[in-house]
Amino acid sequence: MAHHHTTPSLNELVTGVANRLKTAGTGFYLMVFIAAAVVLASAGTGLMAMIKGHEAYYNVYREVPWGVLIATYVFFVVSSTGLCLISSIGHVFGVQDFMPIAKRSVFLSIATILSGFFVIAFEIKLPWRMAIWNVISPNLTSNIWWMGTLYGIYLAFMFAEYIFLLMNKHRPAVICGFSGSVAGIAAHSNLGAVFGLLMGRPYWQGPYMPIYFIASAMMTGCAVILFFHILGYKINKQEMSPEMQRALEVTTKIGILLITVILFFTTWKLIAGAAGQPAGAYPVVQSEVFGHHAFVFWFFEILLGMVGPLILFILSKGRNLKLMLIASLSMVIGIFVMRFNLVYLGQSLPVYYDLGVNEFKEMLHYAPSVYEWIITAGGFGLTALLFLIGEKVFDGHKVEDH
Amino acid sequence: MNKNIDLNNLQNEGVENVPMQERRDFLKMGLAITGIFAGGSLFSAVSTFNSAHASDFAKKYPYKPHYSMVMQQHRCIDCERCMDACVATNHVPKVHGAYRTTILEKETPDAVGGKREFIPILCNQCNLPQCTRVCPTKATYKDKTTGIVLMDIKKCIGCLTCQEGCPYNARYFNEEKKAVDKCNFCWDTRLSKGEKDTACAHACPADVRIFGDLSNQEDRVFKIVHQIEKAVWVLRPEAGTRPNVFYTKG
Repeated sequence: MAHHHTTPSLNELVTGVANRLKTAGTGFYLMVFIAAAVVLASAGTGLMAMIKGHEAYYNVYREVPWGVLIATYVFFVVSSTGLCLISSIGHVFGVQDFMPIAKRSVFLSIATILSGFFVIAFEIKLPWRMAIWNVISPNLTSNIWWMGTLYGIYLAFMFAEYIFLLMNKHRPAVICGFSGSVAGIAAHSNLGAVFGLLMGRPYWQGPYMPIYFIASAMMTGCAVILFFHILGYKINKQEMSPEMQRALEVTTKIGILLITVILFFTTWKLIAGAAGQPAGAYPVVQSEVFGHHAFVFWFFEILLGMVGPLILFILSKGRNLKLMLIASLSMVIGIFVMRFNLVYLGQSLPVYYDLGVNEFKEMLHYAPSVYEWIITAGGFGLTALLFLIGEKVFDGHKVEDH
Repeated sequence: MNKNIDLNNLQNEGVENVPMQERRDFLKMGLAITGIFAGGSLFSAVSTFNSAHASDFAKKYPYKPHYSMVMQQHRCIDCERCMDACVATNHVPKVHGAYRTTILEKETPDAVGGKREFIPILCNQCNLPQCTRVCPTKATYKDKTTGIVLMDIKKCIGCLTCQEGCPYNARYFNEEKKAVDKCNFCWDTRLSKGEKDTACAHACPADVRIFGDLSNQEDRVFKIVHQIEKAVWVLRPEAGTRPNVFYTKG
């Protein structure tokens, strides 16, 4: 059980935070400055697009209405759900080895979902209407409605959980953590269903998407936990305790398992899209594996996202932090592209492709505009900013001695 | 009474002894039986074919009138008057990608005879619309009295999930209205004001677009959809949306 401390006064807390911020190096402040600048540029660009109309700034169009901003949103909520689920193994379900990563992971799950919401606010054309009509005109058959509502509930639970963790109130933290996990799984599988339940889009359609989303969220959670924990210790120049080393070792192992699970999923997804050449899916799989999207698929999604990190994780034995940092960074990049592929490829086949008309004979192309990239960068900037500030304000998310 | 016939000892009398009339009758009967079977299977094939095109696609006609459109595809010459009429009537912005209806062009270079055909498309006002299911705020909905898929533009958040859900590419985001826009069979601009047809059907000089009431057996649309001589089909039946726009040709 945790030791009972004398609760520090507000003054002491403020002094502590101030001291930690003062002692931080120039490198830290430079990173904070860059992250903040990216967020500001992103918010400015997003607001400009919102006011003047998206069509002047974004490269999405009638036949490909979802672009990199949707992919970025998916990426961040995938990360958040994954952080929540992997960290819950310890502090919710009681597996001791995972305990030390709880605080930072819960903090990051909040940071990443806020980043997701930040980006989606500039993707949805009229987000202010959502706040009103989602509440007073809900459509219960809509997966988007469920996803949005459940993610709202999820965020509330994660906030509460983090506050209880800070207060060392373990019982309510566990209850909130469990509730957050349930809401997170429900929300995230609904996000999968947003794609999976569209009858007119054979590449997405079916029960695969919700299942895949949950499994790949957990894979992403491992990558993000490893990346930010190792980075956090580097920033704080702290010595890692054996318990933390052990936690990262088991996270690496579970990461290896989940990469193989997603490789298995991806393999069967491709085979299912190739065998018998199913209409609507086969041309997409062709372009993904051999065609114009093949490099992006093989290099980013497969090599950087999964196979490379798998090899590095195995070589690291869960102890070589440098290899693990490189592997997890590679995974984060690869998984981001993986989300882009998922969103883009499902739309790349025109709905009238099989009609054989001149207008829709070819696959549809989409490349993000510079404005879309800036807003995307803002999502990453916000996560970076919150992470950096969190490290100092919450003192490296120190875990109580057990 | 029960006199057993000795089958083994019966002698073959030979067909030459059967009177001509009996032989004719027998052959007739055989032909009739064969004919019933052949004709029956042909009939069942036709009726399956027909039902698969008509009643199965829309399933039932729950609205009165049940608005529907038939495209006589072979008559379309791509004059685009329907598109112009739609733009003028429904204030469709003149920007790329903004349209409620358009005409697709299909070429079949190795076809015998004509090699080019035009396929007009618009919202299919489906009986099982995907767009209304996925909309988070009921901004798009199937009107309970008319069966037309309408937009309540103040509720549209611009998530564009309806565009993803539509198997017919019938929707686009209208920057002027600040909402997704789509064909509504000219409900607000014509039908609700007492007009009997849509702007596009009205403007068509070649009688391609036939607008009518599928629940009325006297209506032209009903008659075309329910006959069996000419093929009638819908676009993307596999999407399961039970569209109310039908196609025919020849």
